[in-house]
Amino acid sequence: MSTLLEVSGVTVSFDGFRAINNLSFQIADAELRAVIGPNGAGKTTFMDIVTGKTRPDAGHILWGEKSLSLIGMSEAKIAQAGIGRKFQKPTVFEEQTVQENLMMALRKDRAPLAVLFFKPSASDFARVQDLACEIGLSDALLRISGELSHGQKQWLEIGMSLAQEPKLLLVDEPAAGMTPAEREKTTAILVEAARTRAVVVVEHDMEFVRRLNCKVTVLHEGAVLAEGSLDHVTKNQDVIDVYLGR
Amino acid sequence: MNKSFIARNPSVLIFLSILALFTLVVTVLSEGFGVGVISTSFVKVLGKTLCLCLIAIAMDLIWGYAGILSLGHFAFFGLGGYMIGMWLMYERTRQIVVGSLSEGVLPPTPEEITAGIGNQIFGVVGSSEFPLVWAFADSLVLQLVFVLAVPGVLALVFGWLAFRSRVTGVYLSILTQAMTLGLSLYLFQNASGLRGNNGLSGLQNLPGVTAPQSVVSLWFFWASALALGLGYLLIAWVVSGKFGSVIRGIRDNEARVRFLGYSVETYKLAVFTLTACISGIAGALYYPQAGIINPAEVAPIASIYLAVWVAIGGRGRLYGAVIGAAFVSLVSSWFTGGQAPDVSLGFYTVKWVDWWLVLLGLSFVFVTLYAPNGIGGLIDLFKRKRKETDA
Amino acid sequence: MKTLLLALCFALSFSSWASAQTHLVQDVLQSQRTLIEESSRNTIGPAIDALVASGLPQMQTVLEVWQAKDMWQRKADGLFFRATKNADGMYTLRSLDTGAEVSTAASTDLSQLKPNSGVRAMIATALVQFQLSDPDPVKRADALVSISRDPGAALLAPLRAYITAETDEGILARKTRLERLMTMAYDSDVASRVAAIDQMSGDLGVDFRATLNPILTTTRVISQTPPEANIAQEVIAGSDALTRELAYALLVAAGDAPVEISKEARDTALQANIEGGRIAGFPVAQLSTEAARDEAYDALVSGNLAAPRVTSADIDASLANVRFFDVYTEPSQVVTAAAEAALAASETRVAISQAADLGLDALSLASIYFLAAIGLAITFGVMGVINMAHGEFIMMGAYTGYVVQLFVPNHTASILIAVPLAFAVTFAAGVALERLVVRWLYHRPLETLLATFGVSIALQQLAKNIFGTQARPLTAPAWLDGAWAINDVVSISYIRIAIFILALLFFALFVFIMKRTRLGLETRAVTQNPRMAASMGINPDRVNMLTFGLGSGIAGIAGVAIGLFAKVTSEMGSDYIVQSFMTVVVGGVGNIWGTLAGAAMIGGFQKGIEFLNPSNTLAAQSYMIIFIIIFIQFRPRGIIALKGRAAGD
Repeated sequence: MSTLLEVSGVTVSFDGFRAINNLSFQIADAELRAVIGPNGAGKTTFMDIVTGKTRPDAGHILWGEKSLSLIGMSEAKIAQAGIGRKFQKPTVFEEQTVQENLMMALRKDRAPLAVLFFKPSASDFARVQDLACEIGLSDALLRISGELSHGQKQWLEIGMSLAQEPKLLLVDEPAAGMTPAEREKTTAILVEAARTRAVVVVEHDMEFVRRLNCKVTVLHEGAVLAEGSLDHVTKNQDVIDVYLGR
Repeated sequence: MNKSFIARNPSVLIFLSILALFTLVVTVLSEGFGVGVISTSFVKVLGKTLCLCLIAIAMDLIWGYAGILSLGHFAFFGLGGYMIGMWLMYERTRQIVVGSLSEGVLPPTPEEITAGIGNQIFGVVGSSEFPLVWAFADSLVLQLVFVLAVPGVLALVFGWLAFRSRVTGVYLSILTQAMTLGLSLYLFQNASGLRGNNGLSGLQNLPGVTAPQSVVSLWFFWASALALGLGYLLIAWVVSGKFGSVIRGIRDNEARVRFLGYSVETYKLAVFTLTACISGIAGALYYPQAGIINPAEVAPIASIYLAVWVAIGGRGRLYGAVIGAAFVSLVSSWFTGGQAPDVSLGFYTVKWVDWWLVLLGLSFVFVTLYAPNGIGGLIDLFKRKRKETDA
Repeated sequence: MKTLLLALCFALSFSSWASAQTHLVQDVLQSQRTLIEESSRNTIGPAIDALVASGLPQMQTVLEVWQAKDMWQRKADGLFFRATKNADGMYTLRSLDTGAEVSTAASTDLSQLKPNSGVRAMIATALVQFQLSDPDPVKRADALVSISRDPGAALLAPLRAYITAETDEGILARKTRLERLMTMAYDSDVASRVAAIDQMSGDLGVDFRATLNPILTTTRVISQTPPEANIAQEVIAGSDALTRELAYALLVAAGDAPVEISKEARDTALQANIEGGRIAGFPVAQLSTEAARDEAYDALVSGNLAAPRVTSADIDASLANVRFFDVYTEPSQVVTAAAEAALAASETRVAISQAADLGLDALSLASIYFLAAIGLAITFGVMGVINMAHGEFIMMGAYTGYVVQLFVPNHTASILIAVPLAFAVTFAAGVALERLVVRWLYHRPLETLLATFGVSIALQQLAKNIFGTQARPLTAPAWLDGAWAINDVVSISYIRIAIFILALLFFALFVFIMKRTRLGLETRAVTQNPRMAASMGINPDRVNMLTFGLGSGIAGIAGVAIGLFAKVTSEMGSDYIVQSFMTVVVGGVGNIWGTLAGAAMIGGFQKGIEFLNPSNTLAAQSYMIIFIIIFIQFRPRGIIALKGRAAGD
């Protein structure tokens, strides 16, 4: 397995507060990874850095086979390079239909003129239909997405991220506020997605992480505290200290 | 699903039919046509109103669809007017100057003609030299290009600067307001080369045209109706497809669109520039009907009224913008023109000339608070009701 | 002893009598009788000098009487009297020595002395020395004013004579200064002139520069060789200092070269020579270009029908023969050199002072912007509410001041009443706006902008309906009139100082309220996390209402202050609203120091542009806006930006 994303020695400060402190992190193609950590460990900031929203003060972020540096690239460019992101709060375009949401996310030329003259072909509609099936929204294609339930919106957003066909998918707390049944389905979607691409899931909920059954990275105070299987890290004394408080 | 654009948007066809019918009725009843039920000055008012509707749908595109509340689009409207006004004024003055110089003993030289035009046009600002901005005023083609190019380039440069630095929301609104304030202050000074606060005048006279104003006013009315129809078609098409999806996405959640891989700034810039060009066309058609343009036209207040029209009409739906612009501007001129009957309260007589703005301001507050979808919202409500009864 | 005393008394009285006998005013006048009767500017000088030289105490009055045309001469004996016309048409004659009434006479027996203006000016000069030593300091000061208004070489000596005896310090300083200035202009001794100039070199006074400038006036002289005079410089024809056209025009004016044929002259000549639709063989209809007209004219010239044109080569040839020199009217080269140096030194210091003055101007503009923006810094900066009616609150404050002055004529008292009242009025208006409109629109900033804009339209029109369209005065108390002049260049009006102090006060008040009071704490809590604040027992509704009211109230007070120097109109608010928002945005939202910095920057920058382009304050504002747009490129969050996650989204 080759390295898809390599983050090394990254540091970010906000007004003197070090949100990320000399963080190093690697993920390979088609790997599912869970990132856990207490509040303020820097999980969301980590995603912000990778997706270009926040610019690190120091360090390197290298991407793909060509080891492209992501630092200084715009969010749109990074997304086009193949990094998808699902936000913590479901952010779908509530006034548009599920179909429109997915169609917008579909991997196509993003230039304004190309978009202006874009006419969806039959295969595009088929692809949208497939995605909708995958996330369990095939019956809701023409519904306004604002009318969907919370869980459905989360799935729609995952579906939109998948429609981008990213090589790396960053998912922020997908299970928050979901019913147990919904959680199960979410797990299935993510595990399925990780067959063909790298998926990083940031999560609080240990049960959910356990179900993902993957390698876990523990973040604390902006740095990696431990890495390994969930059983391995939960036995780590440092991790226990952090979670239970010293 | 993959139906043609018109089929998917029946409202476009309805609007175009109403516009065509309206144009026909006005033409037939106009003075220029011989019936004379509608006076020439009222034909001009209607023609101007169509131009205002055109800039209103441009405003709806940038605000209602892309979510950018521009408080500066009248700057582009005014620039369009100035560009065509320069040619109209130059050409007409040239004809007058050539006419009067030809009465002299010696036939006039080109230099004498130029000096004569310069004196005529710039005498009011104590100059006779042609400023650089008038370099191409003798060419109708170039000035027509400028009608699009000058607002377009200004929008491009301003938008590039503003969007690049991620100025959004009210900050952007204030910045656009500053832009139009800056432009109007610049135009107010004599050194601007556009006759300072005198502005350009006599624009209603088309050079070389002997037809009476009653006929000329119809030409402009038709041109305005055509421009509005084409503009409506264009914007409706732009917002109907995936592009429309993207810009509405930008309006609702800019960051999400960015993480989908769309370059939000480029889209905003494209919409901002496109609407600026449409505004320029609207202005170029408006001011020959108004006859005069001066820097007060691009003062910040004008652009804010534009936002008022679109808000009252109902943003996010093009017919709403048209209804708002037509309704509010016509009602405004009815009230401020002194036609509205004064209301006597016994102890005080409400003169609408004085009180209309108070009423407008308050009703604007009311619309914003209680009817954010404006008049267009009523139509939606009606449509939904009918759908429900159909179902 | 008695005898001795008596003898002494006698001797004294005799001596005084004797001197009076020999020096009667009438005698002195009679000795100059012919000159006085002739009364010509050219000859009267010695006569006036003789009168002054007599040293008689009455002579000041005599000169004044003469100057006022009240001195008459009796035809019979040629004696001079002071005459006043009686009701019966007769004239009462009074002695010029004692003032006692001598007799009456008919006008036919008298002739009035009517000194012309030239003579009267000379009399005035002579009078100056009396005035310079007048016991009344006011008269002495007046004399100095009249001398500096119309200085002359003749006044230098009397001025010098009365410096040492001066007792009043202020007048002494003025006399000394005037003496120095007049020395450099009129002294006959070159060395003392240079000394005077060097001594005052670099002085900022307008009078100093006004004295130097005539010394440095030059005239332009055309000559083949450098003239025998105090040459300032040689001017090369064709340079920026002397364009080719101007140089040739000088030659023409001096009669050394033929006049250029202007286009008008050419066309007149052409029109005068039309024969059967042709001019010199050219059909008139073809003369529609400059080249064709020139050709036709040349044809006229060759037919001797018009004066030949002056070609460019002719002009070059004429100019090649001559040189141009700027020659000082002042002959002494030493003096002009010293004056040049002194003036340069002055101008450097004037430039520095002007920069300081500009700084003060910028400071006062910044305080005005700050005043206008500080209310906004609360409602927009702290609460995040866009209030487009903010400008109208400023206007309401100003109108409150105007209304108060209608009822309270005392300006000081009226301002003292107006400030709290304006606060109360706009506070109430702000609370009403918050309750009725703004609170329904929190977190919908664009809607807030539009709704408050509606309020702004309505309020503006309402003010127009109530107070009319013309500007209303809001008069500052008399003690705010005038200006504090640091020197002749740098000055600042008291009202601007007052506004500056007011701005500082508001700044302190703002910091105090935000950092030290319960309201400030609660406001910050509510804006940062309203739900958390509410759960801690803070009523966010109340806090929002009070904060908004406070911001509006401060706008009202700012309105009174702004109304004091600007006209109170219904549109005054809209003049400030965009600038105020710019100030807050440029400074950095949510930070009062930022607003201060923003005001300072915008004020300073605007004054800077005005300084570079003083004729055009409108353009300065346009450039200012362009500058702001570019500035935001580099600091999108303003000068003082909140950093970190708090500033996100």
